[in-house]
Amino acid sequence: MEYNMVVAGFGGQGVLFAGKFLTYVGMLGGRNVSWLPSYGPEMRGGTANCSVIISDRPVGSPIVLKPDVLIAMNLPSYDKFEPLAAPGALVLVDTSRITREAARGDVTTFMLPAARMAEENGLNGLANMILAGMLIGKTGLCTDEEARQALIKTIPPRKAELLEKNMTAIMLGKNA
Amino acid sequence: MAETILMKGNEAMAEAAVMAGCRHFFGYPITPQNEVAAYMSRRMPQVDGVYLQAESEIAAINMVLGASAAGARAMTSSSSPGVALKSEGLSYLAGCDLPAVVVNIQRGGPGLGSIQPSQADYFMATRGGGHGDFHMIVLAPNSVQEMFDCAFTAFDLADKYRMTVNILADGVLGQMMEPVVMNSPKMAELPAKDWAVTGTGGKRKSNIVNSLYLKPEALEQTNIERYKRYAVIEKEEARSESYLMDDAEICVTAYGASSRVARNAVDMAREKGVKAGLIRPITVWPFPKGVFLEAAGRVNSFVCVEMSMGQMIEDVELAIRCKKPVAFCGRTGGMIPDPEQVLAAIMKDGRLS
Repeated sequence: MEYNMVVAGFGGQGVLFAGKFLTYVGMLGGRNVSWLPSYGPEMRGGTANCSVIISDRPVGSPIVLKPDVLIAMNLPSYDKFEPLAAPGALVLVDTSRITREAARGDVTTFMLPAARMAEENGLNGLANMILAGMLIGKTGLCTDEEARQALIKTIPPRKAELLEKNMTAIMLGKNA
Repeated sequence: MAETILMKGNEAMAEAAVMAGCRHFFGYPITPQNEVAAYMSRRMPQVDGVYLQAESEIAAINMVLGASAAGARAMTSSSSPGVALKSEGLSYLAGCDLPAVVVNIQRGGPGLGSIQPSQADYFMATRGGGHGDFHMIVLAPNSVQEMFDCAFTAFDLADKYRMTVNILADGVLGQMMEPVVMNSPKMAELPAKDWAVTGTGGKRKSNIVNSLYLKPEALEQTNIERYKRYAVIEKEEARSESYLMDDAEICVTAYGASSRVARNAVDMAREKGVKAGLIRPITVWPFPKGVFLEAAGRVNSFVCVEMSMGQMIEDVELAIRCKKPVAFCGRTGGMIPDPEQVLAAIMKDGRLS
């Protein structure tokens, strides 16, 4: 089993956080993992992304060039990474911010208005976790309890009160 | 056993330095090493240590010199252009025979270059890093766990041989998160720092830490003595890791982040039936010459993978005494080689041999 993921969007949408959560999911599941953020000038310009690898084998290069999982949270990210996705990849798109159709026919694209769903459910800023939940739903990456354990690791102790909201967002995405 | 946690390479290394007894950190901001200083600024006050943001990289390395002369485990960290600024201090540390740990989280160069990962400071690190006859021990970790582990090794080797140990990493290793187990190794048995300038208390002769010799005969003698120590280090401290080398016909070689790309390419070559293996230097000074020379007797050719225009390749050619062809495969300026590119180099070389 191996996933080569890219989570991409604007700075502030929580793409690095969602990536870290997925990395913890893999790690707690006993797999080899790596997380590599973009830290270049694009971060200052607004877009952010991270590479996440979850694998049964030792992780070689932590850079994901051909993602087999792509979570796109804004149009520039979708435009940049959709062409790079591996054939057969799973592509999750937040349609609250991305209005165009999928350009690729050889990948499986799921469209979800995650940001709007977050807003409607009092989960502002948690579109990232709705999409992460959707990924868990589509892949069976982990159980709900494992997701909760990964969240406990990912959320800094001083923000522990956000655990339940994050969990609600994950379940919302998973059941979407 | 300690808990496994996800941590950035920069932070894991900083925590290990604290665990290794470093209580003096002097830094100056530069991407992509900022997490080291940020971590130290939070952590040092908790352990009654000193975190000081210096007014420049040059000031920081000279603060390390002062702390080290007083017997403390001291460290500074920077990235390529910042480390270049430290070269004067590195030379003075060598001239004074002082232990120090200096971290370089390399970025693209020359000049201000880019802030993306690079390995173009290999020459700067392995050829001394400043004026005069001297060397630094240069450690080249390739994972977050090794970033953690190598901080202990660095402080122990620095104290053992009274010299600077350079941790040569790059933006990938500094920025990436991987699981790390924070086990503290057993402290090495190290010589007492009876040379440190700690105050005589009126009970002993003054210690003097100095790098100025007005009599050239005396300076020549200290340099000869220092190089005797280097000879011991070259014999005893060279480290490397070999992967699938037992039956290899092509030897791929790389250190640090590019060794991870190289390892992917070696696996891909094996899937195609090409007998590729990997030698990864873990110390780049001393360079693990013996392992390469031995491999040169068995393989047909070498492929050297670097994030530079080709620097370590010279050490590979020297180590194998040019007995076999060495091809170069790399990217530079902050670009990272693609496993497919390395595979193509392996396959091309495979056809030649």
